[in-house]
Amino acid sequence: MSVTVSTLAYLVASVLFILALRGLSHPETSRQGNVYGMVGMAIAIVATLFRPGMAGGGIALILLALAIGGAVGAYIATRIQMTALPQLVAAFHSLVGMAAVFVAAAALYAPESFGIGTRGHIKTTSLVEMSLGLAIGAITFSGSVIAFLKLDGRMSGAPILFPNQHWLNLGLGVLLVVLIAAFVSGGSEVLFWLIAILAFALGFLLIIPIGGADMPVIVSMLNSYSGWAAAGIGFTVGNLLLIITGALVGASGAILSYIMCKGMNRSIINVLLGGFGTEGGAPAAGGADRGAVKVGSPEDAAFIMKNASKVIIVPGYGMAVAQAQQVVREMADLLKKEGVEVKYAIHPVAGRMPGHMNVLLAEANVPYDEVFELEEINPEFAEADVAYVIGANDVTNPAAKTDPSSPIYGMPILDVEKAKTVFFVKRSMASGYAGVDNELFYRPNTMMLFGDAKKVTQELVQALQR
Amino acid sequence: MNPTELANQAAATAQRALELAEQARRAAEAAAATAAPAAAAVEPFLYLLTIFLLACFVGYYVVWNVTPALHSPLMSVTNAISSVIVVGAILATGLGASWVAVVFGFLAALLASVNIFGGFIVTRRMLAMFKRKG
Repeated sequence: MSVTVSTLAYLVASVLFILALRGLSHPETSRQGNVYGMVGMAIAIVATLFRPGMAGGGIALILLALAIGGAVGAYIATRIQMTALPQLVAAFHSLVGMAAVFVAAAALYAPESFGIGTRGHIKTTSLVEMSLGLAIGAITFSGSVIAFLKLDGRMSGAPILFPNQHWLNLGLGVLLVVLIAAFVSGGSEVLFWLIAILAFALGFLLIIPIGGADMPVIVSMLNSYSGWAAAGIGFTVGNLLLIITGALVGASGAILSYIMCKGMNRSIINVLLGGFGTEGGAPAAGGADRGAVKVGSPEDAAFIMKNASKVIIVPGYGMAVAQAQQVVREMADLLKKEGVEVKYAIHPVAGRMPGHMNVLLAEANVPYDEVFELEEINPEFAEADVAYVIGANDVTNPAAKTDPSSPIYGMPILDVEKAKTVFFVKRSMASGYAGVDNELFYRPNTMMLFGDAKKVTQELVQALQR
Repeated sequence: MNPTELANQAAATAQRALELAEQARRAAEAAAATAAPAAAAVEPFLYLLTIFLLACFVGYYVVWNVTPALHSPLMSVTNAISSVIVVGAILATGLGASWVAVVFGFLAALLASVNIFGGFIVTRRMLAMFKRKG
């Protein structure tokens, strides 16, 4: 296969990748989109394998790598629990980052393969591109490893802070730029590895001060980085497909980070500086003078919901932690049998990655046309009889609209307080991630259902069946 | 015609030929400068940069059209396609210019293929769960 043919094949693969993303505009077209993506990838791999000059031994090695890696990937992907999706995606990002580092190293030691010079005499523009691909790839790797450890609970989700942290990171960042400049002017192989080590350290240090609940932003940002790393490598080896795909992925991750930040009304800088919510965690002191909290039983809730005409369920990360999505759907089924209209309201930052809650509900067989985004559902709370808030807190707090001194002020919230009755399924009165008290708990139309989200909902289901 | 005259004439002719050649060279240079300045001067990097920026715009508009309900599959499928970096790994391994490059290429191909298969399969699993009412 000539280089012209393989370049045309790369063009076809690029178009297929764009169609794969295009398909995700609707659940019905998304499955076809995923097939386009797979076909595009297959075309890219085959076209590369048949490029002129490929040695038989090399091809055998590649097929071996594809077989081993593919088997591992397939094994993990078929077994992973959907609740563990965020850490899986973080782990996968780290692999792309590391692969970028390895390809950059391969280009350093065998530049002839990519037509960018000879060993020790690589073109300057290629050195710039190589060092950028390397640095972004290395930051993606170590950052994603930390994100994985935090999301998987192998490392505390609490922010790790120490004095002068940001000055240290800034200093290392400047040092990284200096090293890249030195590498570009000389092409030294020692400097290449120094850049790699420094970028690994930087990725690690950048992510440790960021708390567990900010991980949706971080996972999106690392998604973006993995794209930019691929594009950097694409520039280095002069490959159009890598550049186009890297740009698509980079843009996608950047948009997701933006949506997540907007969902919390925080800037990406504020998220990256980390340490959010460390001062809170305990019930806020002001609670006592707000009046009494009304505590209900699952039976009370069942009675009220059975006689409602419209119920909106507001699931949060607490529902996923308690694995309560299945029993929530059972509850919805029983209510629908009673003639109650049931809808689900999803806040943009619910869950530990963008869209996580939608996947968990879909897994529990909740039809996607019963699940609504914040802007779509907010006007409907006023006509709802019941809002059933399960494992969510900050995203319902009216302080975000009324109290400029609150850390969550300006964050878009679900207007659950407009419903006739609000049920909060919570373990205790503890405040949410932002460490702020929720005045809704003390409102006369609010009823607290204390306990584990799954257990409470199960009792509610039993009461509905009676 | 004596030999000296002949030599002088030859020298004069050679001189004229040289002048003509020089004129032709100048004319050719001038023609090249006016006819094909772009093809000779533009860095390949600029072509790549053009493609990169256009692809960023395509990505921007396509991704804003993705329904928020499918943001998780979006993330896993972009993760899968970003492992197209395997193309670089294949070239490094298959062209075999040095054993170091072969080793790094092999490792990169190994990691990327975990991602390719894992990413597409988990996306497929997720998308299969999104069902309509009834």
